[in-house]
Amino acid sequence: MDNIVMSATPHVRSKESVQSIMRDVIIALIPATVMGIKFFGIKALMLTVISVVSSVFFEWLYEKILKKPCTIHDLSAVVTGMLIAFNMPVGASWWMPIVGAAFAIIIAKQLFGGIGQNFVNPALMARAFLLASYPSAMTTWSVDGVTTATPLALLKTLKNSGVTLDSLNLPSLAQVATGVGIGGCIGETCAIALLIGFVYLLIRKVISWRIPVIYIATVFILSTIIGRYGVRMGYYEIFCGGLFLGAIFMATDYTTSPMTPKGQIIYAIGCGVLTYLIRVYGSYPEGVSYSILIMNLGVPLIDKYVVGKIFGALPKVKEAKKA
Amino acid sequence: MQSLTFKRGVHPDDAKALTMDKSIKVILPKEGSELFFPMSQHIGAPCEPIVQKGDYVKVGQKIGEAKGFVSSPIFASVSGEVTDIRPVLIPSGGKSLAVVIKNDGLMAEYEGLKGCPDWTKLTKEEILNKIKEGGVVGMGGAGFPTQVKLAPKEEIDHVIVNAAECEPYLTCDYRLMLEQPEKLVEGLKIVLSLFPKAKGVIGIEDNKPEAIKILSDMVKDIPNIEVASLLKKFPQGSEKHIIYAVTGGREVPSGALPSAVGCIVDNVDTIISIYNAIVEGKPVMRKIMTVSGGAPMNPGNYQIRVGMTYKDIMDQIGGFKVEPAKMIAGGPMMGFTMYTLDTATTRTSSSLLCFTPEEAYIPPESSCIRCGKCVAHCPMGLQPYLLNKLALRGDSAGFLAHHGLDCISCGSCSFECPAKRQLAQSIAARKRIEGALKAAAKAKAAKAAEAKK
Repeated sequence: MDNIVMSATPHVRSKESVQSIMRDVIIALIPATVMGIKFFGIKALMLTVISVVSSVFFEWLYEKILKKPCTIHDLSAVVTGMLIAFNMPVGASWWMPIVGAAFAIIIAKQLFGGIGQNFVNPALMARAFLLASYPSAMTTWSVDGVTTATPLALLKTLKNSGVTLDSLNLPSLAQVATGVGIGGCIGETCAIALLIGFVYLLIRKVISWRIPVIYIATVFILSTIIGRYGVRMGYYEIFCGGLFLGAIFMATDYTTSPMTPKGQIIYAIGCGVLTYLIRVYGSYPEGVSYSILIMNLGVPLIDKYVVGKIFGALPKVKEAKKA
Repeated sequence: MQSLTFKRGVHPDDAKALTMDKSIKVILPKEGSELFFPMSQHIGAPCEPIVQKGDYVKVGQKIGEAKGFVSSPIFASVSGEVTDIRPVLIPSGGKSLAVVIKNDGLMAEYEGLKGCPDWTKLTKEEILNKIKEGGVVGMGGAGFPTQVKLAPKEEIDHVIVNAAECEPYLTCDYRLMLEQPEKLVEGLKIVLSLFPKAKGVIGIEDNKPEAIKILSDMVKDIPNIEVASLLKKFPQGSEKHIIYAVTGGREVPSGALPSAVGCIVDNVDTIISIYNAIVEGKPVMRKIMTVSGGAPMNPGNYQIRVGMTYKDIMDQIGGFKVEPAKMIAGGPMMGFTMYTLDTATTRTSSSLLCFTPEEAYIPPESSCIRCGKCVAHCPMGLQPYLLNKLALRGDSAGFLAHHGLDCISCGSCSFECPAKRQLAQSIAARKRIEGALKAAAKAKAAKAAEAKK
């Protein structure tokens, strides 16, 4: 008995690890990846691969230079890489995901201390950075080589005088839900594929339903009540743009979302309200990325003030239910 | 029957199949072996040895006298000569002064022990005194003297038998319920006689349907006793959480005892020990223990004599099939690891788990990813990730402000943590520091007050 292990309790642990969680997220992103390649061609795959490889590379490089323990095996950089590519139009140049990955991993993640320490979502920071640096390339949408406007961009023109809903020639609801023939970022157009990923994450208990459902529901309610479409098609807008991608895969990022169920509800409602305000009143047609980034900044505050009830904190004796 | 439960908590693999169907086997210490009787086998003041080196003692003879109100006497579990009185190692890792007895193998019984089959004639004081003089303490592991627990100031309306046995691997209470249910019911009747307004509830986790069935049948004609089925979830057997489940939502206030909400909670083995002490006149000197894990040759449930070393026990039940990499006194969620089996068992020893290297493996810690699983599973509603941070930083004020002292050290947070952080460990360590600081402040204040005089 020379190799006796002494350790603190508990002596048994769940099988789940950071790596297994990230692996599940990667699996959940696969349906959307496949649909992205189907709609936007092999270049979508190329951009995704470049983005993933460079994200992992920058994480490795940074930790190598700073002589920190290498964390690329936790697969979080792979997830970030996939999400960066998902947030780009297929027309982006091959080197743009590399710039985005460098910004996401080094500036947004590692400079703040690496996994678990960043206060904003790295992939969304990369998107915001690229959008500010290469606005034209990041907002030129093409399907099968033909440049198109996104449904949200079309809706934006409603503000202009003389434009009516009928004259917009919007794609059908079936189109926006499945992404067929819809312009947009690589990973965002097929809501159905993203929903499949959502169901997988729920089954695997990686995320709870709260943030995605409440986020999307908030946008739905707002677009129904005060929407540009009126009551009749409030649900049309939830399938447009990056809402499903953002609500399911970005707003639920553990590190940058609140810890308690109540906090998550507040955060999700905030994301929904901001998204809708930007969509309708902002100068951008789409507001998912910025609303999530803004709400990310509010998370420390939410975590500070919105905490659950402590067991036994209030001496309250409830009467036993009579069975 | 709908299973009752509490909020949050975790679902570790219960691993009870290893020993569930093994009936209790009696093991007697070998002739000539030494048994150790630490004077501290309970919460409260340690006992004082009342025998001397060279004395001859018999089975059931008192060898340690309780000192103080919260204390409980110690009894010899074998007959033989007292060979030494010296500090020995106890399972929690500390040392305690102990009486060492060399077993002469005769098992000569002490003459002074008298049972009282008709306990209904006893007064309340007599019952409490017999419980004290029987050395009965909380046998689930805490070791709180039972006679103190059974004399609360508040009115009691629930006497709950904690038969949840929510720790994985453990099956000793389960076997007791199957093999000695009449003692359990009779023991509960004795406790209920102290609290005429209370009803007795035997709370059993629903992964033990056999025990639920046997006891339900047995109490169906007793008006003030019932059996409650509890959901299999850890820590269902935590005192606060079994009260919450059984009473439909009563929360023991922070820092208070169960009697504050009209409840008394006693473990299965404690109730049976009360029966043994009063009806049979036998003080606590036997203990049912589960030996389990991947390493022992013969995992099972054994009745041992208190004071035997774990090594004695393992030698008698066939030793190991694999060299153990980790040895745990208690359950895998809250038990203590031991570095040697040359440790004496006490009256609160309910199990010995011997893990293979694979079972013993604990993955290395990595950074918190703020997944929130510790918050989602903490049965006390705390924020373990934050307490972990505050504890590591040594932030006393923050730790207290975030209710660090309410932590029950169940380990649910560490169990769930995907980053494998030692949340429970850091919080437990900080709790100890806070306890020491409090004691030091109290001592300082007392000293200052004295100086003033």
